Amino acid sequence: MDSKTPAVKMRDITKTFGPVVANDKVWLDIYRGEILALLGENGSGKTTLMNMLSGIYFPDEGRIYVDGKEAVIRDPADAYRYGIGMIHQHFKLVDVLTAVENIVLGLHEPGRLNLAKAAERIKAICDAYGFEVDPYQKVYDMSVSQKQTVEIVKVLYRGADILILDEPTAVLVPQEADKLFAVLRNMRDDGKAIVIITHKMHEVESLSDRVAILNRGRFVGDMLTKNTNAQEMTNMMVGRPVTLNIDRPVPVDPKPRVEVKGLTVRSDDGIVKLDNVSFTARSGEILGIAGISGCGQKELLEAIAGLQPTEKGSICYVEDDGMKEELVGKDPLAIASMGVSLSFVPEDRLGMGLVGSMDLTDNMMLRSFRRGHSPFANRKAPRLLAEQVVKELEVNTPGVSTPVRRLSGGNVQKVLVGREISSAPTVLLTAYAVRGLDINSSYIIYDLINQQKKRGVAVIYVGEDLDVLLELCDRILVLCGGKVSGIVDGPGADKHKIGMMMTQLGGEEAHE
Amino acid sequence: MNKKERTPVVHIVKRGALPWYGSWGIRGCAILAALIVCGIITSVVTGENPIQVYVAIFKGSFGTSRKFWVLLQNIAMLLCVSIAVTPAFKMRFWNIGGEGQALAGALASAACMICLRNVLPNWAVIVCMVVSSIAAGALWGFIPAFFKARWNTNETLFTLMMNYVAIQLVAYFSVVWESPKGSGNIGIINQNTMIGWLPQIGRYKYLLNVIIVALLTVGMYIYLNYSKHGYELSVVGESERTARYVGIKVEKVIIRTMLLSGAICGIAGMLLVGGTSHTLTSSIVDNRGFTAVMVAWLAKFNPIWMIFTSFLLVFLGRGAGEIATNFSLNQSFGDILTGIILFFIIGSEFFINYKISFHHSGKKED
Repeated sequence: MDSKTPAVKMRDITKTFGPVVANDKVWLDIYRGEILALLGENGSGKTTLMNMLSGIYFPDEGRIYVDGKEAVIRDPADAYRYGIGMIHQHFKLVDVLTAVENIVLGLHEPGRLNLAKAAERIKAICDAYGFEVDPYQKVYDMSVSQKQTVEIVKVLYRGADILILDEPTAVLVPQEADKLFAVLRNMRDDGKAIVIITHKMHEVESLSDRVAILNRGRFVGDMLTKNTNAQEMTNMMVGRPVTLNIDRPVPVDPKPRVEVKGLTVRSDDGIVKLDNVSFTARSGEILGIAGISGCGQKELLEAIAGLQPTEKGSICYVEDDGMKEELVGKDPLAIASMGVSLSFVPEDRLGMGLVGSMDLTDNMMLRSFRRGHSPFANRKAPRLLAEQVVKELEVNTPGVSTPVRRLSGGNVQKVLVGREISSAPTVLLTAYAVRGLDINSSYIIYDLINQQKKRGVAVIYVGEDLDVLLELCDRILVLCGGKVSGIVDGPGADKHKIGMMMTQLGGEEAHE
Repeated sequence: MNKKERTPVVHIVKRGALPWYGSWGIRGCAILAALIVCGIITSVVTGENPIQVYVAIFKGSFGTSRKFWVLLQNIAMLLCVSIAVTPAFKMRFWNIGGEGQALAGALASAACMICLRNVLPNWAVIVCMVVSSIAAGALWGFIPAFFKARWNTNETLFTLMMNYVAIQLVAYFSVVWESPKGSGNIGIINQNTMIGWLPQIGRYKYLLNVIIVALLTVGMYIYLNYSKHGYELSVVGESERTARYVGIKVEKVIIRTMLLSGAICGIAGMLLVGGTSHTLTSSIVDNRGFTAVMVAWLAKFNPIWMIFTSFLLVFLGRGAGEIATNFSLNQSFGDILTGIILFFIIGSEFFINYKISFHHSGKKED
């Protein structure tokens, strides 16, 4: 393969943001007919590097060659002229327009706008690679994976043959991801060059032909995927050897802690989000919640935390002595004032768990600022707590007065988890605790969760990565369309079977 | 690919936090540049000597001790309304109804002065004025807040409309209380008895207003930065979901904050009627409810900085009036100069947040 000329050569690319060097003299080759996985921890400069290829940023130094000729890419339109298209992590679609309208948006084709002709071309693209897109469907009616498909088709429609995908599977369920991979392989076989940025090792191994690794903005190396393994790649990413095993200590003296019975929740627009859900979470145990995204996980956690009005059913907090207290109908403040120490790491970190523009200290006091009778807020204790969290969880921040929005995803999550476990909870709810985090940060979070488990906390862990759920959790509850599809023991659970239970109630057994 | 390929000459880069001297240096340069541009325009358009024009602007505020006190009084009133709208703005509640809330306070004060002058002693009238103007301003703030909290109505439109309600009410009472009959104006209230006129400290007519506003400013600074309420309202402003997540009652905070915002506007109205003009017209607030928005934004919602931003706006405004009379120029010319200066000051924020870097790498053309 090395005898071919690369489709793209990046040489000595440097990009700085103020004092931060995001990319430092990076070399990268991208070949046609190949899927390249770009690996690196959070903040290692993967997205920045690709943004320079797609015209979002302009490099401070260095040169880019496309098909051997030097290319100057000043904006996304330039990138398209070179056949480079990028699918961003956050979709850039107009909700009220249809797929075809979104796809032709911004194109200045001569003549009148002919949506029917465009739709035909879209169909042709879809047929060629195995996409499923209804050109006339409105974007607001689409699932996340359909939106992603529209983004990919949009890029292809513009004639891109070098495609960059930034964490494409972060929002997909396993089945959707498999479909995406099939499409990507088709495109590769068609001679397109594909770059994917991802954190998930098994995707790298199953999908990519070549990997390139960045560490702290520097290019560490590239190699053929078949010549390497997850352990070696991880070590290169992190820059030192790391262990890739998740601990699962045996639960000590599990006792019922949260009893959910017949819980039914309806969303504001009347859709049933949870339907007669019953389970018990026990102390000293991690209960995993698996399911396709949007199957009621969010509503379930928010109902327990007192943020989601319920229609029917009960949620009981069980004290050590067996006393039960009803949580339904109480808001977070009322629950806390009952003496129930319940911590919640929500999915939307900066939109719900933290305040992005506030600094670490002010974020630490979100839960505790009411303490004391003085009308003034005491910032001394929160500052100490912030300093402690920074030290113990190795949060990478200039200081405790930095707005959390400036921190990278992994560090934001450490701040949030650090605050939530600082109150010595007896119940810990976590939603997608490692979403978007790199391997190293993910393992720190798993460790923290395990520590809480050993302290006797009842942990409810909503996750999307089945491999992790299987390794970490003592029991796994599978949700399917708001109903409990089944509860299985973690050790010895079968990934494939859980995948089936996610898509149909009860898995194979319910098959008629 | 027949387009000429070249690297862009300039590109814009976001910069990290600047040290304080860096950002103030940039702001200083902006004011200097604005003065130079204004000078050029002045000499080209009017043929006047720009230095003399600047001297006149300066004299407009500092020329005589009376002018200086008028400057202070105007700063105090503008600052008072700005202080009032700030907690709402920090909560991202776009209260552009400062005008109406202040007017409601002014109306309540005037009503006390007129209706109670023969009933209660002077001190009791003043107490009633204080209480009723605070209540009236708070009510004007409460109504849009309640609707926002309950039904999530748009507060911008709502507070704006409340301004017109207040203006029409004042217009109505101007006729009810007109003096002399048939003039349609209220005239100076209690000119002979001075009932309901706020006491004068020594020889200084406006000193009491200045002191009250100074106390309010410091109080608001402490309230916003150190109190639990101040913390709660910033959390609500940044993210309502976060506020709910930690158990803050968002509706309560919205209503409480707008009661405070309206109440301080009401005090401004009371100071205008009882402490300054001793009359009531529908233009008594003089658009300060809107100028306050600019004062608050320029100061990034910091009450202490607002002293400077309100000084700047009042100073420029009074200077514009001064050159209009001194050089027999149109008042609009002064407004042009004010506009240029503000343009530069607001524009300088761009250079504080972004850096422009010039590309020196050799350009290559294929």
